[in-house]
Amino acid sequence: MNTHFGIYGGQYIAETLMPTLIELEKEYLKAKNDPAFIAEYRDLLTDYVGRESPLYYAKRLTESLGGARIYLKREDLNHTGAHKVNNTIGQALLARRMGKTRLIAETGAGMHGVGTATVAALFGLECDVFMGEVDVARQAPNVERMRTLGARVISVSSGSGTLKDAMNEAIRNWVATAENTFYVIGTVAGPHPYPTMVRDFQAVIGTESRRQILEKRGKLPAEVIACVGGGSNAIGIFSAFIDDPAVKLTGVEAGGRGLHTNEHAASINGGRVGVLHGCKTYLLQTPDGQILEAYSVSAGLDYPGVGPEHSFLADSGRVKYEVINDNEALEAFDTLSRLEGIIPALESSHAVAQAIKSAKNYSPDESIVVNLSGRGDKDMENVANYKAASKKSLEK
Amino acid sequence: MTTTRINRCFERCRAEKRGALVVFASVGCPTLKESEELIDRLIDAGADMIELGVPFSDPMADGVTIQKSGQIALSAGTTLPEIIEIAKRIRQAHPETPLILFSYYNVLLNYGLERLGSDLKAAGVDGVLVIDLPLEEREEIMPMCEVNDISFIPLISPATSTERAKQIAENCNGFVYCITVRGVTGVRNTLPPELSAELEAAKTACQLPVAAGFGISTPEMARSVAKHADAVVVGSAVMKSLIEEGSNAAVTLVAKLAKGMR
Repeated sequence: MNTHFGIYGGQYIAETLMPTLIELEKEYLKAKNDPAFIAEYRDLLTDYVGRESPLYYAKRLTESLGGARIYLKREDLNHTGAHKVNNTIGQALLARRMGKTRLIAETGAGMHGVGTATVAALFGLECDVFMGEVDVARQAPNVERMRTLGARVISVSSGSGTLKDAMNEAIRNWVATAENTFYVIGTVAGPHPYPTMVRDFQAVIGTESRRQILEKRGKLPAEVIACVGGGSNAIGIFSAFIDDPAVKLTGVEAGGRGLHTNEHAASINGGRVGVLHGCKTYLLQTPDGQILEAYSVSAGLDYPGVGPEHSFLADSGRVKYEVINDNEALEAFDTLSRLEGIIPALESSHAVAQAIKSAKNYSPDESIVVNLSGRGDKDMENVANYKAASKKSLEK
Repeated sequence: MTTTRINRCFERCRAEKRGALVVFASVGCPTLKESEELIDRLIDAGADMIELGVPFSDPMADGVTIQKSGQIALSAGTTLPEIIEIAKRIRQAHPETPLILFSYYNVLLNYGLERLGSDLKAAGVDGVLVIDLPLEEREEIMPMCEVNDISFIPLISPATSTERAKQIAENCNGFVYCITVRGVTGVRNTLPPELSAELEAAKTACQLPVAAGFGISTPEMARSVAKHADAVVVGSAVMKSLIEEGSNAAVTLVAKLAKGMR
């Protein structure tokens, strides 16, 4: 297997984990070519996750914008409420195949943690989820969901207490436990083979979307838009359109309080190349190479790096990476909720905001596909707090 | 080929029929100035070789103690250029003590590998150990090491097969760092029972001196591990004394470790 995407990716990890990664790559290759493995994965996606997910024409949103027809890929309708489960099912099947009895995971917004806890319950595996203490506080409903599913949630206080620190702690735990433990990484980052493996498990989003839009419109979309934190939902949907040069692909990074501030999570637009968590990629870092804390109102985008394949696609120009700030994402969150009766996750709201900006660039016979990667129930309290804080600062 | 300080250090210890004591220090903990003084005293107390720990914001291979010493160093504003300056002064004061730069890759990558090579050479640093640069990725840094006569110090672990250990040792000339445990750095009370056999196997496979590190915390442990290794690395235990009890305690511990190995 190719371990790099151009100069990005690789296996920048302690030797103690290298034999584990080599074994994982070997087992993944075998599984990927094993019809029984693929059949079980597909069956679970159908009967357990509820795939395929609809490609929904957002008529009222489209009419309010006056441009391209906007279609939403409804990953929010998956079991557990986000795209994350497509990947956790794949990795859990692989873990079981490799004889592992325990899953560990890192989580930011909690969706990947819930996705992992869910499959651990399904397969009767032990499960520990590492979560930054800041995220434990701001994503309380997901912490309860994970506990209900039988997982232990380990609150991580080191560093900034967010996703990158949770990942550090998960890796530290894995170094010591790899013999019986499978590390379920939630995004297309980490050392090879994770970026490739997670992309493959998320590729179902793109495969379905491409077929669905062709069925509905008889032609490919003008643009496909997805939010990018680590970037698994984006890679998943882009992967089916990469070889369609006429389809514009747009990744949306979280601009937080703005690129001109230090409070954002836009690794590609505001970062430099470096090495973190096992891969070479664009990172938010100081001139000395210390990793910076990322910031976004959306916990799931709050990561100072990005999957290495995105770095490659950014350099090659195949995908354009735009930035949407907190306030724009919040506005899109309200707009979609009120016009379509769909409350999007704050992460996905970034993609919706970008679509709202782009729609008018196209004629009504063209279409934009937006990956609605998750639902927003988990964000209600967070959104209320954000609005209260904004109102206060306006009053001042 | 001219002998290196690392070679000569192992020869001296071998002549004295003992293992070499390698001491890790997070440079900049508690401050740059105090850490420079500490390293000077650690060498006087009997450290045969020093690992200059470069602090990193995300030390994935480290346990709580070295995470903490690194955070203290970063809070004190420690940067790689300052660490290289300190290395230069230690080199002047201790012409024969090998100095190994111990780092995560991102800090080195940001500094620029070409510049790093010439600056390390000028400072008199003898080797680099990059914890997150395994066999698969090390080609990025090997040419810089070769050009500047800096030893690339590779790591092997209990998970490494004999065949892989051989490959890892190839094209290296300093020593092999043998991780004693499946886990992160940190003070431990015991080491795995199979360690002595693993160290003997590593010596045979690698055909280079072998330094054992991670978890070695007391003079008794150091002495017992040194029976099967050419060198013993102590890091967390020294940093723990430093953080909890101050420089004098750290120096006393190193003196005891050195005595225990003689």
